[in-house]
Parts: sequence; C-alpha cells; structure tokens
Amino acid sequence: MEEKRYIELTGNPISLKLAEIPTLEYQMFSNLIDDLMKEEGNHCLAYFLFPGKDRYKFICCMGLDANQTIAVFSHDHPAQENVVLDSITARHFRFHVFEREIHENYGIDFIDHPWLKPVRYPFDRHKRSDIMNTYPFYSIGGEELHEVGVGPVHAGVIEPGYFRFICNGENVLHLEIQLGYQHRGVERLFVERPGVLQQTVLSESIAGDTAIGHSLAYVGLLESLGGQQVSSQVSLERGIALELERIAIHIGDTSAICADIAYQFGQVVNEALRTIVINTTQRWCGNRFGKGLMRPCGTHYPLTPEIETMIRKNLKEVEERYLQITGRIFTMPSILSRFETIGKVTTKQAMLIGAVGMAARSSGVTRDIRWSHPFGAFRQIHYDPVILQTCDIWSRVMLRKMEVERSIALIRELLDMHELTGTPEKPRYEFHLQPDSLAISLTEGWRGEICHVAITDDNGKIIHYKVKDPSFHNWMALALAVRNQEISDFPLCNKSYNLSYCGNDL
Amino acid sequence: MLLRELPIFFRHGRQFVPDLRRGTLPETFPGRPVISPDITPEETLIVAKLCPVQAIGMAPCSIDLGKCVFCKECAFVLPGKISFTNDFRIAVNNREKMIIRQGVDEPVRLDPEKIRKEIRSIFRHALKLRQVSAGGDNSAEMEMNATGNVNFDMGRYGIEFVASPRHADGLVITGPISGNMAEALQICYDAIPGPKLVIVAGTDAISGGIFQNGEALDRSFLSRYPIDLFVPGNPPHPLTFINGILDLTGRK
Repeated sequence: MEEKRYIELTGNPISLKLAEIPTLEYQMFSNLIDDLMKEEGNHCLAYFLFPGKDRYKFICCMGLDANQTIAVFSHDHPAQENVVLDSITARHFRFHVFEREIHENYGIDFIDHPWLKPVRYPFDRHKRSDIMNTYPFYSIGGEELHEVGVGPVHAGVIEPGYFRFICNGENVLHLEIQLGYQHRGVERLFVERPGVLQQTVLSESIAGDTAIGHSLAYVGLLESLGGQQVSSQVSLERGIALELERIAIHIGDTSAICADIAYQFGQVVNEALRTIVINTTQRWCGNRFGKGLMRPCGTHYPLTPEIETMIRKNLKEVEERYLQITGRIFTMPSILSRFETIGKVTTKQAMLIGAVGMAARSSGVTRDIRWSHPFGAFRQIHYDPVILQTCDIWSRVMLRKMEVERSIALIRELLDMHELTGTPEKPRYEFHLQPDSLAISLTEGWRGEICHVAITDDNGKIIHYKVKDPSFHNWMALALAVRNQEISDFPLCNKSYNLSYCGNDL
Repeated sequence: MLLRELPIFFRHGRQFVPDLRRGTLPETFPGRPVISPDITPEETLIVAKLCPVQAIGMAPCSIDLGKCVFCKECAFVLPGKISFTNDFRIAVNNREKMIIRQGVDEPVRLDPEKIRKEIRSIFRHALKLRQVSAGGDNSAEMEMNATGNVNFDMGRYGIEFVASPRHADGLVITGPISGNMAEALQICYDAIPGPKLVIVAGTDAISGGIFQNGEALDRSFLSRYPIDLFVPGNPPHPLTFINGILDLTGRK
C-alpha cells in the first residue's frame, strides 16, 4: 500500500492542521507535481516557502478542478545558506513565477530554471544588493534591432511598471515586464498587524480595483480558521457585491478599449454606464469600490428591499444600454479589424504559463473558481463559465460582454434567493483562530483566481500570509500577446488584459 | 452608418453633473465626520482602540482626516456620538485643519494664508497636472481618471491630466509612496517646470493610511517640498478632488 502523498481537501475556504500535510522528499515532491500535471484541470494555486525556526517548509496547494478539491503537500528542508534544488519550472513552465518568488525571498537556487529573475524587489528580499535599476533584461544583438523602454511612469493615470520591447522595425520580437514599483510589503503587514479590522482594511487595499474580491478571500479565510459560518443571507450579499464589481470593471474596460482604438463614442457611453454601476455600490455601502462592504461574520450594510429595488432598476438600465453599444462595437468593421487575430495567446500557451481567469477563459482554457471550487453564494447555484476559443483581442472583449450579461443574470438569481430576515448579523473582530493550521481561501475576482493562504502558530496567531492575485500568472500572457505584433497594438493588448501592478507587487 | 448610433446617443442623454460645487452624494457616503460635544473620554478610548489607522485622538476627541480610511467603524460603535455627513468638500491645504474635533460641525475650508501667491495668479484659468502613482492601489488612480470623464468633466475648467511632466504645472501623488517608486517620483517632480504645485490625493498618500510606518515605504519626498493641497478619501471622490482644486486656484 502506497503512503498517501497528498491530502485532498473538499471545500473552499478550508483549513487543516499543519501536521496533517504530508511531507515528501524533494524527488517525491517533484514527481508528484509531474503526476498531478498530467491532468489538464489541475493547476497550482499556491507554492511557497514557509520559513520555520531551522527548517524551510515548501508547501504546494494544487487545485484539482475535476474533483472540486485542493491537494496539499510539502517538502521539508533544513534552513541553510545556498540551498540548491532541481527546478520544477524546467518541466512545467507555469511554476516559473512561484520559484522566482522563492528564489527572490530566500535565495534558494533552482537548477535549470530558464528565467530566474526578480519578481517584485520586496524590501525584505534575500539579496539587498539587487535593486530596481540592475534588473537583468534579456537582450539580442544585431544592428537591425532596437529597444524601446516605457515607464515606470506611463502616459495615462495608471500604476507604474517598466516595459522593455525589442523591436525589428515596427515589429515586436520580445517584451519584458519589470514590476515591483508598487511594493508596499502587504504580506508582512498581515503578520505584523494582528488586528482583524486592520487586516480587513488591508485586504481591501491589496488591489483597490478588486477590493471586494480580495476582502472576500480574506474574510473567508478568517472565518474558516475561526470555525465560523455566515448566514445564507450574508453569503448571497457577498456574491452580489462580487458580481457588481465584475460588471463595473468589465464595462470600464470596454470603455478603455474603445478609447485606445479612437472610438470615442463607445468610450463615453461605457464610461457613463460604469458610473451607474459603481454608484449603485456607493449607494449600498458608501464607497464606489465596495470598501467596507466585506466584514468577517456579518455586515454593516444589509441588503434592504430599497437597495434591492435600486440594484434591479439600475441593472436593467445598464443591461439595455450596454447591449446596445456592444451591439454596435461588434458590427463595425473598422473596430473589428483592430480586434480580430491581434494579440493572440493560444490555448497551448495559456496552459503553459498557467493563465487564470479572463486571460485563460478568452484563450479556451476552463478556469473559473466559481465553477471549480464554488464558495459562498456559488455553492447554492450552478455557474457555467464563459469560454471563448479565438484567443485574440476580440475574444477578450467579447468575454467581457458575455460575462457582464451572465453576471447581471446571476445577480438577479441571487436577489431572488435573498431574503432579509430578522436583525442582520453584525461583523465580529474578536477571533480565536485554530492553532498550528493552514487555511486556504479562493475567490474568482473579475481578473480571475484570487488565492489567500495563512498559517497560524500554536497560539492561533497568523505567522505567515500569502496573497496571490491573478496577475501573478497573467503578466506573462501580455508579454506573449505582443510578440510578432506591431508595437502600436501594445496599448490595446495591455488594456485587453488590464492586469494589476499592485496585486503583483503586494 | 451614423444613423445606427442615434438610438444609443438618445438613450445616453446628458450625463454630466451640471454643478460640481453643489452635487449631492447618497447618505451612505462618508464625508466630513461630526463628533458630538458630549462624547466621554471612555467612549473615545473605545473607538481610538478600534480604529485600524490610529486616526482618533483623545482629549478632546478628534478624527484626523489625513489618516482616516472612512471605514465608519467608530460611527457603528457609537451611533449618535460620531457620524459621517455626506459633505464631500474636505480637501484642505493645511495639515492641521484636517483634524476634526468634538463638537465642531462646520464646513472644512482652505486656509487662504497658506495659498502661495503664484498659484492664483498663474493657474487660475488653466491647470495641467501630472499624476504619479507610488504604491497606489488603483482605486485612487481610477477616481483621478473619473474626474475627467463624461460625468464630472473637470476639463470644463481647463483642468486636465497630461502625459508628460514637461507639460504639467503640478504633481498629483497617489499611494503611500513605496521605496521602489521613490526615485521615479523625484525624477518626475524635477521634470516639471516651475512654478509648480504638489497635491497629495487619498489617505494613503497623505499619511500612508493602512500602510503607515510600513518598512517598504519611503516617504521622504513629502518632507522636501511644500504640499499645496491634501485631498482625503479612501479613495478620494472625484467631487472632493475637483472642489479642492477649484478652491485652491480661487475659482467660483
């Protein structure tokens, strides 16, 4: 009888005792990943190093979509200088960013890693002498080629990041993206600021455009570690808020994409529609981004019948007008010529880099936590993700249109199930967390899979916290999308992904 | 083909807010707080301990808008003693004036003494701004973008965000200023021709907000130059930002 190589967990969010996690020799650990990777639906949710007193614990959490479960397993290594391990990335490229992160934070060397470059230059990095200005950019010799550098400050009012293109004339051969400018030390702050309210507010600021997605992941994690359940009413409200966030951003993105192809009418109409959606959230909780809405164990803003009527009314208005304008966008030849076959990331490439969320679904890969690991409200309904096959900008814009429609229908369904009964539960900030445990919480934010992992000590205090924004995987998709494209299509490719800088930099 | 856009155009209608000075926001919007004069020191202690960003001061009870993340938790604990009005005009040019003390219920206004002379004489009719996000979480950045959108249309006053610092009259900083961004921020400031103004927008930028005293930050830039306008909010509402600039430049 073979010893169990991993523990399979059903449920999301979910917690378990650290002692329950199987520990494997590195060779076994690496073989297990090979075995799990054979199944297309399996993908790595989190792979990180948890530094103990004199031991390094490598923990891997793998999502097994077909079983709707999470596999957890680990490798234990004595903590010492110059740890050298065989790279998993060499065989499974999608692990590249996890190994880069471990290398950057703890100085572990991975043999045969093809791209062992800095991820975000955290303030507590292993090698302090590596600074932003010494990033080892890839370069190609030759007199015909030239390099174009952009950033970190960009032309628009957006976050900072540095892009370096290698071009042959107008043609982009290679794009390398250097991030880290937004690094605020979020993961460390989760450990240093033990107050639950502080952590909740912090989770809302991981990426302000995904305030609801990230804070939902955090409160789920906390409730799981604290052994708390929320009422069906509160979990439905959380689902509605999450979908409102998705609708608002998708419409805003449609507007930004119209702006980039100089279709000003589409830009302005969509802009106004986004305002209606975020003002709906503002009317509900006071903040246009939903900050303050997600609180552990309850809510300050129960969904009253008045709010419900307002949401239904506004969504009807938005739905009609959004379908009208997108109907126009998708029939105009001058627009379609900018969308079709531009910025392709094939299904094979998307699988290779481990794309998640919109970036995966628009390239024909079925990745949606609402479907594979249903949480909260999504346990009460069935959600079928939108998957498109053309892999280009058209498919990424069309995905937004279809997801807006789907989310509006979803909100109506959730509102139908929602019933305001009795006095709503108030949030709680005093918790006793399960000691010596690991908890994992997944949500599907508008960009894709959000994963939070926490580890507690023997007093139930959080001593390690990991945040994974979908952008962590998806930045590589943008780099691939612009290959062999004209450099003038870069802004459009960039907007079509709309990735998070601060979500990556933390 | 334009005919196909007419139905969309009619349905779109007029979206702009006609009077940005007197717009109204919903009751739930947290703007200027009001603290009841009869709040007790014991009650103050409770909320001061609860506040996630240490924005509440003791004796007299006060809320620092530069630190406040507008989570309203203090108002939920002490309803009737602390409340947040929907008054969005809370931008000021004096850090001291951002502290709202107990028993004070009057509008927050700019300190005319502190406005540099050249601001009103040079930037009164047109103002071009360069925004730099330094660790901002993208909510403040999106609100800055919204100031110029079809609803708020800040461009009607000749106030705009521009791409190049060389074209700008001032710098708008969002985010708590990450160490990794400190150098780029300085370069951007240096590239703006003088006279120039500096605006910090959002709680993160004013005090560091939830990231205050974080080891990954480098906020030394703010101690090197005078700050002309502080715009509180998490993120700052477009109306707060626009009204702050109109007040600063002396517009009606």
